[in-house]
Amino acid sequence: MKGNIALCEGAISAGCDAYFGYPITPQNEVPAHMSRMMVELGRIFIQAESELAAINMVLGAAACGKRAMTSSSSPGISLKQEGISYLCGCELPCLIANIQRGGPGLGNISGSQSDYFQATKGGGHGDYHIIVLAPYSVTEMYDFARLAFELADKYRTPVMILSDGVVGQMMEPVEIVGSGKLEVGSSDNNKNDWKLDGCKNRPPRRICSLLMAENALEAHNWHLKEKYDKIEKDEVRCETFQTEDAELVVISFGITARIAKSAVTKLRKENIKIGFIRPITLWPFPKKIISDAAGKSKKILVAEMNLGQMVEDVQLAVKNRCPVDFLGKPGGGIFTENEIISKIRQIL
Amino acid sequence: MNKIYCRTESLTEKRFSYCSGCGHGIIHRLIAEVVDELKIRERTIGIAPVGCAVFAYDNWNFDVTEAPHGRPPAVATGIKRCLPDRVVFTYQGDGDLAAIGTAEIIHAANRGENLTVFFVNNANYGMTGGQMAPTTVIGQVTTTTPFGRDAKREGYPLKVCELLSSIEGVCYLERVSVSNPKNILKAKRAIKKAFENQVEGKGFSLVEVLSQCPTDWGKTPEESIKWIDDVLVKTFPLGIYKECTKK
Repeated sequence: MKGNIALCEGAISAGCDAYFGYPITPQNEVPAHMSRMMVELGRIFIQAESELAAINMVLGAAACGKRAMTSSSSPGISLKQEGISYLCGCELPCLIANIQRGGPGLGNISGSQSDYFQATKGGGHGDYHIIVLAPYSVTEMYDFARLAFELADKYRTPVMILSDGVVGQMMEPVEIVGSGKLEVGSSDNNKNDWKLDGCKNRPPRRICSLLMAENALEAHNWHLKEKYDKIEKDEVRCETFQTEDAELVVISFGITARIAKSAVTKLRKENIKIGFIRPITLWPFPKKIISDAAGKSKKILVAEMNLGQMVEDVQLAVKNRCPVDFLGKPGGGIFTENEIISKIRQIL
Repeated sequence: MNKIYCRTESLTEKRFSYCSGCGHGIIHRLIAEVVDELKIRERTIGIAPVGCAVFAYDNWNFDVTEAPHGRPPAVATGIKRCLPDRVVFTYQGDGDLAAIGTAEIIHAANRGENLTVFFVNNANYGMTGGQMAPTTVIGQVTTTTPFGRDAKREGYPLKVCELLSSIEGVCYLERVSVSNPKNILKAKRAIKKAFENQVEGKGFSLVEVLSQCPTDWGKTPEESIKWIDDVLVKTFPLGIYKECTKK
């Protein structure tokens, strides 16, 4: 199965009620697959007139308590930032998939990881965060789509799957373990308390992000901060591999992590003390895990398909306790295993 | 004593926040009256715009959300497709609908979304202090057309009903005004028709309302009413621009 199709199937399995999208390479399999599947299932599919319209259709569907998603690739995700900011202000859950391509500008259509800053630092205006999941296999495209909807509902927040053109286009066997709803812990959020569906037998409701009354916005921002703190405390997801005795730890996410892990496995066979960390949630970032690793190892290498974005978060977590080296590949292109191995040999 | 006129159920007790002589209060009330007459309050979801009318959610006594500038038709589409038996309407100004949101309104219309749109045309951006709108008429002075709108420099007023009338997906288009009691009654009939069309599943309906904005026009409420009747209607003639017969 292709990564983009697995994403669709995961979302459908999670009970996605509505999909709204706009064509852009390399994510075109998503709207194409959804246009058939959602209609056959009697659910909602609309090819919107723009990414702006698509994210705002998501906003509408989410406001009436439905599970809604959109997908796009880097330039289209830039257009969605306005809507993402409103979704955060209104605290509306949804899934946004970014099948990244090279940038800036129109860039190219090869897989890239250069939207890390945009995804994790709040690409739109205002003080906000969204949960960002970075899959590195086709199976994870399926699993994370399910997880994303659960986390979105649990915290009333947009969740982004930050994938890339390689994982999206890649074809490999998928292991589907379970379907439908995932258990992600209890939540105070009950859609029946806030969704808009007409004020029958209850007082009218409003969902808005305009808070003009004195101190109202500040209070709302502090409320969001409380939520973000809870997410940072409870929702960090991270894979670690042979870090216990590692003198060098390689940190990567997404498709680069797949290649880095393979490089690390090879070098371990040569008895080189090397380990590997893969942040799965890019926000919340696994600060503590990386900080602990920095305390034990002599050096850290960050490899990512950009000019150096996640490396800044790693440096913040490491706090100069050990040197942080960087291997980057901008311009939409994938590392070979040998490139990573030679960099490791060079800095060992 | 018989009470013959009172607050309608779909309006809250909250006072309107509008300037004296502004048309928004009248239009809000007409919408609320029609919602109550059609007994659809408990299944109505409104979408407030960016602009002076953003606070409409304080005045309407039914479910309301707000949308980013220009995007109400997309938000409404998301809601209506998910909840087809609810009555969904957008309330948009001329900057919202005819400038930043032209793509959204044209494509919601073209998909024939079963929505009701109230388009308030006061020929300028009210909330931000009276800048040129797409509907500002030739010669009209605004804060960004200090020499009057010049077609060579700023182009021509955009006629939304005329523009949308060529779109197949559209069911009903009418331009009305709230400049005098007679016109207000006509406006109410159009608003009712636009809601009824949705309830009957007939599809996309839009009512354009020429509305006074005395503060930003630099006119008294009385002069503003006269300016609609004498000047604005020349560029934006009142009347029905499209009415579908399909069931």
